Amino acid sequence: MRKCRGGRMWSLRFGRYLRGARSGGASYWGGLFPGRRFTQAASGGNAAGDPRRRGRVYQNPTWQHVEQRPLPEKKVTVEVLDHLERLALVDFRNWEGVQRLEKAIQFADQLHAVNTEGVEPMDSVLEDRCLYLREDNITEGNCTEELLQNARETVEEYFVAPPGNIPLPKLEERDTFLQVSE
Amino acid sequence: MAASILRRSLLAPRCRAGDVAALHSGPSRRRAQAPGPIASGRRMGKSPAGERSVAPWVAVVGLEIHAQISSNSKLFSGSQVQFAAPPNSLVSFFDASLPGTLPALNRRCVEAAVMTGLALNCSINKKSLFDRKHYFYADLPAGYQITQQRLPVAVNGSLSYSLCVGGKKNQMVTRTVRIKQIQLEQDSGKSLHDDTRSQTLIDLNRAGVGLMEVVMEPDMSSGEEAAAAVRELQLILQTLGSSQAIMAEGQLRVDANVSVHHPGEALGVRTEVKNINSARFLARAIDYEIQRQIKELENGGTVINETRAFDYKLGCTIPMRDKEGKQDYRFMPEPNLPPLILCDNKSLPANTNHQHVVNIDWIRERLPDLPSVRRVKLVEQYGILPEHSFTLLNEDGLMEFFENVVRQTQMNPKKVIGWILNVMLGYLKQHNLTVQESPVSSLFLADLLNLLERGTISSSAAKQVLEELWKAEGKTPLQIVEEKKLELIQDQQELEQICQAVVEGHQEEVMEIKKGNPKVLNKLIGLVQRTTRGRADPVLVKQILEKRLSQ
Repeated sequence: MRKCRGGRMWSLRFGRYLRGARSGGASYWGGLFPGRRFTQAASGGNAAGDPRRRGRVYQNPTWQHVEQRPLPEKKVTVEVLDHLERLALVDFRNWEGVQRLEKAIQFADQLHAVNTEGVEPMDSVLEDRCLYLREDNITEGNCTEELLQNARETVEEYFVAPPGNIPLPKLEERDTFLQVSE
Repeated sequence: MAASILRRSLLAPRCRAGDVAALHSGPSRRRAQAPGPIASGRRMGKSPAGERSVAPWVAVVGLEIHAQISSNSKLFSGSQVQFAAPPNSLVSFFDASLPGTLPALNRRCVEAAVMTGLALNCSINKKSLFDRKHYFYADLPAGYQITQQRLPVAVNGSLSYSLCVGGKKNQMVTRTVRIKQIQLEQDSGKSLHDDTRSQTLIDLNRAGVGLMEVVMEPDMSSGEEAAAAVRELQLILQTLGSSQAIMAEGQLRVDANVSVHHPGEALGVRTEVKNINSARFLARAIDYEIQRQIKELENGGTVINETRAFDYKLGCTIPMRDKEGKQDYRFMPEPNLPPLILCDNKSLPANTNHQHVVNIDWIRERLPDLPSVRRVKLVEQYGILPEHSFTLLNEDGLMEFFENVVRQTQMNPKKVIGWILNVMLGYLKQHNLTVQESPVSSLFLADLLNLLERGTISSSAAKQVLEELWKAEGKTPLQIVEEKKLELIQDQQELEQICQAVVEGHQEEVMEIKKGNPKVLNKLIGLVQRTTRGRADPVLVKQILEKRLSQ
């Protein structure tokens, strides 16, 4: 089981697969996807011209500035905020928080300017990698004490939780909802 | 008859245990050929407020079945899968959702899902995706469940099942239900509610275990059909070995979606019935829910889209607490898992070990015989009826018992099946035992049937011997026969002497017979049997007596 130390999980997984490819021999995808050649793309280096040959990092910027005005300005209603707070247990706290949310939505709406007709949506940056299948062996478990150390309250090796989901109080009764900032 | 049942069910607002029997037997009796409409109306006596509708109601039942995959380790982590273990001892850091842990997919679980998909005639998706389904509950430490919502492993299959219809339940019909999809997903932990101290105790041993969710289209219309379909699926899963599917241990969980409507109109509002933990309760729960919805609609009310639990003690469904309306699960692609790619013989790249990839054709070649195929083979091999083979496969271990007996006895399998299904099964059910717990082994039964076949004992004597064998005192059938002196009298002379004695001692009866009243012969036969203490072959006795009397 892989435990990662540090925040960049993706590069760790990439790194392992990269190392596997370079060492040759027992890599899974030696012949698995004959169409794609896996290049050592991490080092950008001299990648002018054909990115397929010399690496995946473009030398010149390829993005364009998108005009903000033609995009629809969406306002977030109080019902939607209540629904989001209930679902995800985020606390928007005050109107500044809501404005930040609206700006974030606007930023993401730039994607609508791109024409995606006939393009398959991408599910994962690892879409051309094989999902590693591990053997059905027992390799973990029996760490009850360590796990229970994290719990505030335990009863005879069980975790203790309240009797059910404690629902958020209704909109009218909540006093922290959308406080006016000082 | 139907009207009185309806009146009773409508006028009794609270559910009582006695009503459940009436509710359950009502629809099946009224329906001549299923799935027919449930006739309502034509009620005598006063009707409650509401329209007097004569239009028939049709129930629509769809099932979602979660089967726990039979594997050594869990779906995404390497902890063990075991039913009863000290709490929280089979939990890894990933199962407890400690930060920084990642899922690693178990190949055995993928193979189990592909096997099940192939057995249910599904098309297997060569590329399937994993998603996160978010909801908060204490037994789901991560706050989300990894499942396959967008692109599951297998789609568009079918399941054929048989059930007995007709007044005497002797006509077998085959129905099919479409399978919408089969997907892999994680199980949640177990929560034990402690209401006295107002807390819940969480055990994560079950969290992360691989489940196959089989989603069926709503093609069924009664609890009976649903129970038959679930039983068939259980047999298929047990034959494949992908799941042990024991409902009592929670390895097979069924949620039913029930709604009613008039044929031709739009589908009604559906409710979900959960917490059904045996096949018997499944049929009762669904039938109760159908009746409840019909009653509700006929009284002018509406059916709310809610989740209900089945209380098996009361025999009714009650609304579940803790389920808030319609949940928004915020499905999102699982970022830690790339798409799952399966191959077949055509797309298999060269030089790959079959242990690194899952090959659909490799699995298809190794599928064992499904129950439907085994039933046909039994009928062909032994000449028994399809209904018999159905019962044989339905009882756990009964088919092996039957085959063992047939192998060790000279009796015709068609006669053996009668002994197995009528006598042995009757005894087992009476004493509430499984075939494995049977005190009579297949060897002893075979010996007994051999004695019967050779004419050493009569059929009634055989039944006596079986009763003795049931006590399991270790005696063989032959020993019991000798002890109780149950052998048929083989000596023709002795029989003739006894018959002669009886005829001489009962001259009045002989006169009656000679006058033309043949039924009195049975009395004479009875007397002979009493004299010999049941050791005379009745056919032979009748022959001898008739010969005597005609002289």
